[in-house]
Amino acid sequence: MILYNSHTLHNGLKILVHEDNSTPMAVVNIMYNVGARDESPEKTGFAHLFEHLMFGGSINISDYDEPLQRAGGENNAYTTNDITNYYCVLPAQNIETAFWLESDRMLSLAFSKKSLEVQRKVVCEEFKEHYINKPYGDVWHKMRKLAYDVHPYQWMTIGKELSHVENATMKDVKDFFFKFYRPNNAIMVVAGNVNSNHIFQLVEKWFGSIPAGEKYERNLPKEPKQKNAKFLEVKADVPLDALIKTWHIEERLSKGYYTADLITEILGGGASSRLYQSLVKEKQLFSNINCYHFGTIEPGLLTIEGKLIKGVTMQEAENAIEEELVQLKSNKVAETELQKTINRTESMIAFEDVSVASRANSLALYELLGDVELINTEFSKFQEVTVNDIQNYAQKIFETNNSSTIHYYSNN
Amino acid sequence: MANKKINNPSFRKQAPDIIDTAELTLQLQPYNKYQLDNGIDVYAIDGGAQEVLMIEFVFFAGNWYEEKNIVAATTNFLLKNGTKNKNAFAINEHFEFYGAYLNQGSFNETSTVTLHTLSKNLPELLPVMAELFTESIFPEEELEIYKKNNIQQLEIKLRKCDFVANRLIDECIYGIHHPYGKYTSTVDFNALQRDELVHFYNEFYTQGKCMIFVAGKLPTNTIELLNKNFGHLPFNKNKILTKEYNSVRASQKKQLIINDENGVQAAIRMARPFPNRHHPDFSKVMVLNNILGGYFGSRLMSNIREDKGYTYGIYSFIQNHIHETEWLISTEAGRDVCEATIEETYKEMQRLCNEPVSEEELHLVRNYMMGSLLGNVNGTFNIISRWKSYILNNVDENYFYNSINTIKTINAEEIQSLAKKYLKPDDFYEITVV
Repeated sequence: MILYNSHTLHNGLKILVHEDNSTPMAVVNIMYNVGARDESPEKTGFAHLFEHLMFGGSINISDYDEPLQRAGGENNAYTTNDITNYYCVLPAQNIETAFWLESDRMLSLAFSKKSLEVQRKVVCEEFKEHYINKPYGDVWHKMRKLAYDVHPYQWMTIGKELSHVENATMKDVKDFFFKFYRPNNAIMVVAGNVNSNHIFQLVEKWFGSIPAGEKYERNLPKEPKQKNAKFLEVKADVPLDALIKTWHIEERLSKGYYTADLITEILGGGASSRLYQSLVKEKQLFSNINCYHFGTIEPGLLTIEGKLIKGVTMQEAENAIEEELVQLKSNKVAETELQKTINRTESMIAFEDVSVASRANSLALYELLGDVELINTEFSKFQEVTVNDIQNYAQKIFETNNSSTIHYYSNN
Repeated sequence: MANKKINNPSFRKQAPDIIDTAELTLQLQPYNKYQLDNGIDVYAIDGGAQEVLMIEFVFFAGNWYEEKNIVAATTNFLLKNGTKNKNAFAINEHFEFYGAYLNQGSFNETSTVTLHTLSKNLPELLPVMAELFTESIFPEEELEIYKKNNIQQLEIKLRKCDFVANRLIDECIYGIHHPYGKYTSTVDFNALQRDELVHFYNEFYTQGKCMIFVAGKLPTNTIELLNKNFGHLPFNKNKILTKEYNSVRASQKKQLIINDENGVQAAIRMARPFPNRHHPDFSKVMVLNNILGGYFGSRLMSNIREDKGYTYGIYSFIQNHIHETEWLISTEAGRDVCEATIEETYKEMQRLCNEPVSEEELHLVRNYMMGSLLGNVNGTFNIISRWKSYILNNVDENYFYNSINTIKTINAEEIQSLAKKYLKPDDFYEITVV
């Protein structure tokens, strides 16, 4: 049972405090309700570039990192298609340093030209390192574009292309900041060796005077139901042929989401999963194969992807996957097999909760999803899934017209 | 009202008071030590709120002890791919049914088998672990699948400049015949024979030297369970022969490799040989290393990423090897700026040799290192992992307390003289892979 106290400031900033006195540290986690999905199609990669700029100095404090390190702290941040999350971990006695730094950059950035120039370059190097200079690095650029016609999940957080990041202007930066980085668009979680009342006082002191922004009404285009199978063939300078297939699944809080999650476990969770056992070990068609989804808030993609054993044709590989899906659609999984995936989920949650930083992050996300109590109750949603649900949902999603496929050929 | 405060932000200009983390007194929680009936040492850290635990078996079965390349890693990987009574699927399914994670790792001196599980399931899992150490059979067909898949995966990795650069820099420092310097090829995979694995397994696992580390929320009968399942096994029967290797440095100090004509980045590795942690300079150099490239506020990161934007990240660190080690600088930089990156790196080394570090910067690094250490001596998994490293490196808690003392007391002159001793550009080997 993870306990927390909550409070909302007049400006709309939501605060959750999770006390854990077994650690000498404190975590300050601020999640902004903005991700790559909120970008305009002409200015992609911006939410992530912005995450970098958040470390380039704020209106009253020239450098973010130095004072935090001097207080014995460390920090990091990440951007997804849905949200942007910032966290710092520091000795609990020095927690006010984190409040000072975080409140000042929520008040206003310094909007330094130098920071924008440098971070554009840094992000371009990040883009190259992860997506250009790596074999198969462009797979997800291509797959997102293929699978989504209108929804902004069709681009990655790093952006569609380098030029979008390279062309970002200071005006873009300022507009983005004042639209999204407002207290009423943020959730703050403080966890660790802290006292709730003390934290609520500190929050009032440092964040209470930050003006609220205009409420952001998210109004994203809804992805229409896919009508026909989508397909793309790629030839690239890679050593092996690869096959990537996706199917649309439902949004984060739906019953379908939990069912889809367990389906990925049945197909691809661990070395006793169906795809690994059948296609890597028995039929030896793939040298590796994975099945996963990204846990997105809005309707996401269930993915199967693998590298083919040399000499195996794309057709053979695809047929073999299809056979596994037909199995799942025509026969109920055994109760023990379902139980295995539920046990794995229980264990995964327990290990995630070991770290106080991870608990803080989860609390923020559940609050953002609209029900913070899910941190204690979400496991029961998995337990409610039955073998019938698995079969029905497999029948629903694993349909040719709901699929997107990339044949990624080696041109060697 | 709110706007008034923005216009008058004086209270925001002033940093809140902090305690100097460098003044903190840190304690490393001692382990409990037990011995099983067959003399196996068990090191335990009990605690935590979640009902989870981890058990790690450390065998002296790393590539230090193999006669032929990748026999150690392959034996370790295939341990769970078949025993006398269970095939690979049955073994995996058993652990996965209980939601447990069974991971293996093969390193230089040691190889490990690690179980992470909900504490309640321990009794169901330990008997099968014991089976892995005594009854693995290394089926021929499992070896063939392993070879085929690993050769394919190696082909992909060899396209990555960072992977290639990591291999080559270690080869420069230790030589291709040293356990720290050698690496794998398709030929090595193809040359593997089942009987070599069986032989290595018998000698270094079934009858090998082993120790056990456990941490987490430990059921009261944990040691009893360990003794029941492992206390009668024939571990520690063979005396481990001490093997010595001489490292051989590369004759060429600088190498540029074009691995991909169209590459847009270069992986840069710069390294020099460095003694192990028994050397009196070791913990002092850890402070110098932090200043150079050990944290986000380091000289290298501030200059090469935060000022010039040449890279997404640049770090320096000392490898965690037992016998001898290397001091390494690692980055991936834009292809057009890779020479400038190397030049700036040497400039930063030179600056540390020429100018003493300011008190302000030293204060920052002391506080940062102590804060980070404070977070790291907390939580049972962190604590056992630190102890494991100490025990394998043959140091005790004095090493911890001496390191802290070094962080608190080292002065700018000492740091400068260490820089002059170790950060000489001529001592560094350079690998650039596009």
